[in-house]
Amino acid sequence: MSQIFKPGFDLIFRFGVLGVIVLAIAASIVWATAVDVVGNGVGAAVQQPVPFAHKHHVGDDGIDCRYCHTSVEESSFAGIPSTEICMTCHSQLYIDAAVLAPVRESFATGAPLRWQRVHDLPDFVYFNHSIHVHKGVGCVSCHGRVDQMPLTWQAESLEMQWCLDCHKNPAAHVRPRARVFDMAWRPDNQLALGKKLVERYHIKSPAQLVDCSTCHR
Amino acid sequence: MTQPTNRTLDLKQLRARLLDARGPAFWKTLGEVIETAAFREYVQQEFPRYADAAGHAISRRDFMKLMGASMALAGVSACSRPSGEEILPYVNAPAEVVPGKPLFFATADVVSGFASGVLVETREGRPIKVEGNRQHPMSLGATDIYAQAAVLQLWDPGRSQAVTYQAQINTWEAWLAAVASARDEFDRTGGAGLRILTETVTSPTLTQQLGTLLERYPRARWHQYEPVTRDAVYEGAQLAFGEPLETHYHFDKAKVILSLDADFLGAMPGRLKHAREFASGRQVEPRDPQMNRLYAVESTPAITGAAADHRWPLQARQIDAAARQIAAQLGVAALESAAPLAHDAVKALVHDLRQHRGESLVIAGDHQPPTVHALAHAMNERLGNHGNTVTYTEPVVHAPGEQMQSLKQLVQDMSEGHVSTLVILGGNPVYNAPADIPFTEALAKVRHATHLSLYHDETSARTHWHIPATHYLETWSDARAIDGTVTIQQPLIAPLYQNRSAHEVINALTGQVTASGGGEIVRAFWQNRHQIGDFDNFWRRALREGVVPDTALPEKNIAVRRNLASRLPASTPSRSSAIEIIFRPDPTVWDGRYANNAWLQELPKPLTALTWDNAALMSLELARRLELQNEDLVELKLHGRKLRAAVWIAPGHPDDAVTLALGYGRTRGAGPANDAGFNAYRLRRSDAPWSDEGLEIVKTGARYPLAVTQDHHRMQGREDVREATLEEFRRNPSFAHDDPHKNPPFPSLYPAYPYDNYRWGMTVNLNTCIGCKACTIACQAENNIPVVGKQQVQMGREMHWLRVDHYYKGPVDNPETFFQPVPCMHCEHAPCEPVCPVGASIHDEDGLNVQVYNRCVGTRWCSNNCPYKVRRFNWLKYADPSDPHLAALRNPEVTVRSRGVMEKCTYCLQRISVAKIEAEKQGRRVRDGEVRTACQAVCPTNAIAFGDLNDNQAQVGKLKEHPLNYALLAELGTRPRTTYLAKLRNPNPVLDDG
Repeated sequence: MSQIFKPGFDLIFRFGVLGVIVLAIAASIVWATAVDVVGNGVGAAVQQPVPFAHKHHVGDDGIDCRYCHTSVEESSFAGIPSTEICMTCHSQLYIDAAVLAPVRESFATGAPLRWQRVHDLPDFVYFNHSIHVHKGVGCVSCHGRVDQMPLTWQAESLEMQWCLDCHKNPAAHVRPRARVFDMAWRPDNQLALGKKLVERYHIKSPAQLVDCSTCHR
Repeated sequence: MTQPTNRTLDLKQLRARLLDARGPAFWKTLGEVIETAAFREYVQQEFPRYADAAGHAISRRDFMKLMGASMALAGVSACSRPSGEEILPYVNAPAEVVPGKPLFFATADVVSGFASGVLVETREGRPIKVEGNRQHPMSLGATDIYAQAAVLQLWDPGRSQAVTYQAQINTWEAWLAAVASARDEFDRTGGAGLRILTETVTSPTLTQQLGTLLERYPRARWHQYEPVTRDAVYEGAQLAFGEPLETHYHFDKAKVILSLDADFLGAMPGRLKHAREFASGRQVEPRDPQMNRLYAVESTPAITGAAADHRWPLQARQIDAAARQIAAQLGVAALESAAPLAHDAVKALVHDLRQHRGESLVIAGDHQPPTVHALAHAMNERLGNHGNTVTYTEPVVHAPGEQMQSLKQLVQDMSEGHVSTLVILGGNPVYNAPADIPFTEALAKVRHATHLSLYHDETSARTHWHIPATHYLETWSDARAIDGTVTIQQPLIAPLYQNRSAHEVINALTGQVTASGGGEIVRAFWQNRHQIGDFDNFWRRALREGVVPDTALPEKNIAVRRNLASRLPASTPSRSSAIEIIFRPDPTVWDGRYANNAWLQELPKPLTALTWDNAALMSLELARRLELQNEDLVELKLHGRKLRAAVWIAPGHPDDAVTLALGYGRTRGAGPANDAGFNAYRLRRSDAPWSDEGLEIVKTGARYPLAVTQDHHRMQGREDVREATLEEFRRNPSFAHDDPHKNPPFPSLYPAYPYDNYRWGMTVNLNTCIGCKACTIACQAENNIPVVGKQQVQMGREMHWLRVDHYYKGPVDNPETFFQPVPCMHCEHAPCEPVCPVGASIHDEDGLNVQVYNRCVGTRWCSNNCPYKVRRFNWLKYADPSDPHLAALRNPEVTVRSRGVMEKCTYCLQRISVAKIEAEKQGRRVRDGEVRTACQAVCPTNAIAFGDLNDNQAQVGKLKEHPLNYALLAELGTRPRTTYLAKLRNPNPVLDDG
């Protein structure tokens, strides 16, 4: 019986192996990039029952965050406005607008609006809005320039590493309490101010802030 | 699957070993005493028999297939983000709801008619956790196991969800129409054929509604039947005082207590108050150590006898003679009787009682005959206890002492065809009527029978109509505590299904139909009662506080009738050779009503550690004589009736007696517990409801595997209960630290870690712990701990984060009993931490030993290295996230763990976090008492203290300075944050049976 593989096959085999390796690396790179761009949801506007524009309400009209997110200063959950809150204005303004039909319907029937969650942390993470707001973490630090978003998307990755960046070095991020809800505020010298604020607000040491039990339970 | 062979005992060997002075001082199981090889294997393998886990051996080929599939799918599962989640805000937000924050509402948990106040935690409208109500006199901030398990009952998917007629789904309106036509007949006949059967009713509103019904239909009748009958209590008072009074005990004022088979800590109404007051007499101050003393004459071993300083086991039928013997010595009357107790013991007891006139207390068990109660009343009067440690009021129940008679009368009327319409409100008489009352046969002769109940059970299957009842967490009602205090029960949530309350059913019978459930009925009743002053104010206050003010009944001043001795029936000498059967409510499923509650089923029963079953409990001596072993199936024959039951040997059980708990052998409506255990009602007679003579036991040769947790999570023979008598403690206050081997501190190679912020710690007082296990189930409710089922329990896989270890000491016929609750010790040098390959078990800055679920890969090395065996592994996906009912039950503050993850006690980290965040927001430190762990909050005796050891005002820190304070297995150098206060007993120095 003659040989199945001729000597020249060696070369083909070597190229083949190389090809598989190159393909695997390329696939990994594409995959990693895809996860970064799409997989963690950053930058993609989420389809909602009503195309609610923070840009219009916050940016144009200047409505404070707390007008709708009522429990942000006292509870873990910032609060999604009840239909009634929407209707305080929209019983007077844009009363016939077609895009607001679901809001009016909810108010009439008593069936809640079904908003899609934009910022979804894993179920084993316990984030508390009130303590962050109290310690001088601005809304914009995590949620981005919501006042410039026609539709709402996730501005930051919300990955653990991203959380830890701030928990390890809060001075680089905290701002005066009076500026927490200010979308446009920028510090002159963040680090100098941050150091003072960390002291003034009794922000815990990084060792405590990165305890697993701070966020997981 | 094979059964553990350590339960097959060589009884001769066991006896020899127990008599041998070199036997172990503390022991848990009989198997351990004789050191069978199988037992050694059992303790060496923390999770015994896990090779058998799937029920069959896996072949190499199957293994390769499974591994291949897992590998292939492992990658796939990581490909997508979690699917989108919805947020549904309120349409009109209620003013008091802050999303993410709990609200508490006051209501009352009712067991067999008697209420204890509770505060129920709701999350965005979902009731998820029950706490005690400190303002309620029968709760004092604590709850029992039944109140803790109530939320599971509410959300139980096995609850009945629809009205049925002839086993077909029907509507409430159709039932109303049927009742409307029956009403015409009642109007003509004065309700001649109408009968109402309820359980014990203490609700003022329902009592009045039934009164109105009986006024309108004078020939109708209202019957009450409660399987855990307290008839004898009222008959005893009738005998002593001429009226059926309720007795109230004040254990805080008692220095010497005599219990005549009374399980006042475990099974009697008022148990939470009893436990709190009893424990207050056992808090030992190091400077002047004082303790009360409890003598318990006891039949079936119960937690009250376990807490006693002297426990004298007697058969239930001998308690009467013992009561006469003691009463005669006390000079109550010259009473002739056998003398079952040792003369010296009685002499010492009587002397002790006499020394404490007005500060002693004699209590008779609910299950003892009227004579024993009458004698207890007479003894209390003789000892000057009336008005001091014992007070009397009118009873809160309607027609006290007549329930068994009432049921008999009803069944006779039914059998004779006098009953056309029977309405059964709650209860399950087809299952739990005594065997000599042919309720089921008589029910067939009733033309229209309606059953209102939580479950579609044995009775529902035999009535024409079944109406699903509202759970108390979804209904308006009211109920009285044993002292008379009224609580308005308010709904925490709208009825989940087509449920109706008893108030609505009775109203329908009188032709009044209310649109909005029972709320209007209850409110109207109280409005009527409260004519003076501002009703709205009164109503809101009553709802907020969970107590209607000034409703406790006034004390009555009464005296025992002069010629009591002549009124007592003659003492009936029992046939000495006859074997007795004792019936008792089950420690966890009560009379069977909680059979469908998996939390209660899987809670190891105090003293036997049985789960998911009852068993025929007997002494070792009787088992030896009948050549029986644990898990042998026997046939019990009693007056021509037969029942098969599995044997379990109970140390401390009286000889020639068998105890069978009520509540098992359900056939319908008990979910996974259908056909579990053995139905004691099939042997129970109406004139001998609590003990009966003439039992025959026949060995069948068959075996019935039981799931007993007594062997599980052992500490490799290093059990560490430290105990002494009060006398010894006075002589040597540091006895708990005498053993140099166990005496910390031990040197460490590592520098001490500065815990300069918070330093959480816990103490558990073994001296006041009564072993009720409310902590275990409170922990389960708070921390989303799953149940695993009987088979998994048999493999040692129960998930309770807090187990209550239970040790014996001394002879098997009457051992001393010790309870030791064991949560995670939160060791400062935790052995679990260095062995974790992924850093899932680590320390935080407050010194908590935390388990990071999202890191855990399930190597179980931490558990292997934990000397306390407090870690629990999710072998399977026990917490099924797909069931929406059970999802609603869960505490949103605690992660639901999945398969393959290790978990354990967190010191209720979620409660610590909330308190820390609130304190931070107010710019202060967490105050002492602000964080109460679930086990601490529920404890009836305040045996658990928790707090910050850096706070020098904290109670827990002071207790750590107590000379009784010791660390479990301190010799290992783990520096546990959880420590114990050693157990003391206070035996009478004159007696040496202590």
